[in-house]
Amino acid sequence: MNWSKYSAPLAFYPLAGRMIPWFGTVAALAIAVGLYIGLLVAPTDFQQGEAYRIIFVHVPAAWMSMFLYVVMAVWAAVGLGLNARLSFMMTQAIAPTGAMFTFLALLTGAMWGKPTWGAWWVWDARLTSELILLFQYAGVMLLRTSIDDQRRADRASGVCALVGVVNIPIIYFSVQWWNTLHQGASVSMTAAPKMATIMLTGMLLMTFGFWMYSLAVILSRARCVILERESLQLWSKPSSVPEVAGVR
Amino acid sequence: MSQPGLWETLRGIIWRDLLLAIRRRSDVAISVLFLVIVASLFPLGVGPEPAVLRTIAAGVLWVAALLACLLSLGRVFTADYLDGVLEQMLLIAQPLPVLVAGKVFAHWVVSGLPVVLLSPLLGLQFGLEGEALGMLVLSLLLGTPTLSMIGSIGAALVLGVRGSGLLVALLVLPLYVPVLIFGAGAVTSSMAGIGGEANLSLLGACLVLSVFFAPWATASALRIALE
Amino acid sequence: MLQTVSLSCRRGDRRLFSNVNVMVQPGTVLAVVGENGSGKTSFLRMLCNLLAPEEGAVLWHGVDIRRLKEQYCAQLTYIGHLNGIKDDLTATENLLLTAALTGDRPSDASVRDALEAVGLKHRIHHLPTRVLSQGQKRRVALARLWLSTHPLWLLDEPFTSLDQAATALVTERLRSHLQGGGLAVVVTHHEVALPSEMVQRLRLDG
Repeated sequence: MNWSKYSAPLAFYPLAGRMIPWFGTVAALAIAVGLYIGLLVAPTDFQQGEAYRIIFVHVPAAWMSMFLYVVMAVWAAVGLGLNARLSFMMTQAIAPTGAMFTFLALLTGAMWGKPTWGAWWVWDARLTSELILLFQYAGVMLLRTSIDDQRRADRASGVCALVGVVNIPIIYFSVQWWNTLHQGASVSMTAAPKMATIMLTGMLLMTFGFWMYSLAVILSRARCVILERESLQLWSKPSSVPEVAGVR
Repeated sequence: MSQPGLWETLRGIIWRDLLLAIRRRSDVAISVLFLVIVASLFPLGVGPEPAVLRTIAAGVLWVAALLACLLSLGRVFTADYLDGVLEQMLLIAQPLPVLVAGKVFAHWVVSGLPVVLLSPLLGLQFGLEGEALGMLVLSLLLGTPTLSMIGSIGAALVLGVRGSGLLVALLVLPLYVPVLIFGAGAVTSSMAGIGGEANLSLLGACLVLSVFFAPWATASALRIALE
Repeated sequence: MLQTVSLSCRRGDRRLFSNVNVMVQPGTVLAVVGENGSGKTSFLRMLCNLLAPEEGAVLWHGVDIRRLKEQYCAQLTYIGHLNGIKDDLTATENLLLTAALTGDRPSDASVRDALEAVGLKHRIHHLPTRVLSQGQKRRVALARLWLSTHPLWLLDEPFTSLDQAATALVTERLRSHLQGGGLAVVVTHHEVALPSEMVQRLRLDG
């Protein structure tokens, strides 16, 4: 199979369309089983009670938010280096999903914090870094929408994503440093030190499910982006229209 | 044809920007005045309690300095972009990142250095003294160039974009977080008697990193902006 | 020798021009004409390496300018539709500083001569350019041509807001540059009043 063929947006379009249902189905299954394990099978934590079960959403969401930022930056680097349009389309498609997971992680973090720490928001190192990550996602997306010229929007937000990815570890480290400096609120967000196998299984299943979900959503968003941007080519080549616009 | 050395070109760029700043002194005065006003507002809001002021001094002064730097970012490239000097700079036969570094240095001299020089006065307003005051100046001296370096990336990215003033704040402020933490941390820990040296070295590390990497990012952002 | 190989440009959804192949020999000027929005300025910016071509390449003595980078910049003098002069500096300062950055090292006397050659009287050499008229500012920008020692000139609408006398002066300077073995690309709505063997025309449309 010649993979380079699919780097052209118009060839990628139908391929993505065929893959989306698969990823979607796997995501639904994995998340369903993961939630079942997390909410019903996993034992109640002797310290935190039932409230701890939110980490089955919180931790995978936080992992995905960071993972997706790195993936986005990699696509941006590929796009800037090889001047490939599809890479920038992927960058554009990933950002909202990444921001969504960041927001989800913050929200579940706050929901977990209320019963556990007695406050909706604690300046925990991880939560704070996650908040800054959300700002960075917002910056990348807003920079793209503020620039009218498509090519410039792609490349500028790509540079922005890359600069951000260099900063994530520095920010994380500095926030942790700041946290140790200001003792008091430094309750760690990590779950029980010895995680039971069943809990780990649930968490990994949820992560896998989120990952598959991201793939499905990102691919379908990428398809929208392709339709939006390549409309000119689509209409100029009538032969490709039925396949592309056909209902699946 | 005589090729000027890199050094000579760099000096030319810095000199031109300094000359322009001397011709337009009011621009410099505005950001300094801004810093003073912001710093003076806090006691009015928080109350004149010396103990309270001393505890928030490091954070408030650092945030004020950060905002003053942010406010002046629009001046790094915008005027040059509008009158065509920037595109001439891209056509100079020297590596662009080095020229950018020169420009950012000139910008720091005009907007960052006044902040550093003014900080002891503001520190006194907040009841800082002795070692903590010195630490404030030192941390700003190491930190503000980093702010200018990182800020130049944002300034280049939003060149000619509508609503660029607010956008640049959104892009740049998250990246300022480490500098703020280490800078304010240096002052706080010296006040707490544990010495701010560790924070200062981290600030220095940030400065070195940003001097090495930011000009590259800024240069590529400028090329993108001028396409 | 400057050459373009199947140069194409797309701005947004619009294809401005495609497959442009021209060759500019020393001693000649390429006059680029075309309607507004036909991509003349984009073409010139591609020749400067400010804009990356969608397809094709620009060759300087047979080498792609994207590989030459700074070496290529050392060969060219570009005057865009923006003047590239600072309003707060005087005409003399502008010329001295710009020239110092681009590799020419003119004396004060040669700067004065350049400004006089482009028809600016001595008394305005030391005024901030912000008080000058549009035409006078354009003359300050074009005075760089009298100081330039670079073989390739790329000029974007050099005659805009110039009066007839100044147009003649600039054309004359262009002629002496070409006679000295230089080459130039000029984007213009005006006729370039030079002998036809010196001028090659390129029309950009669609």
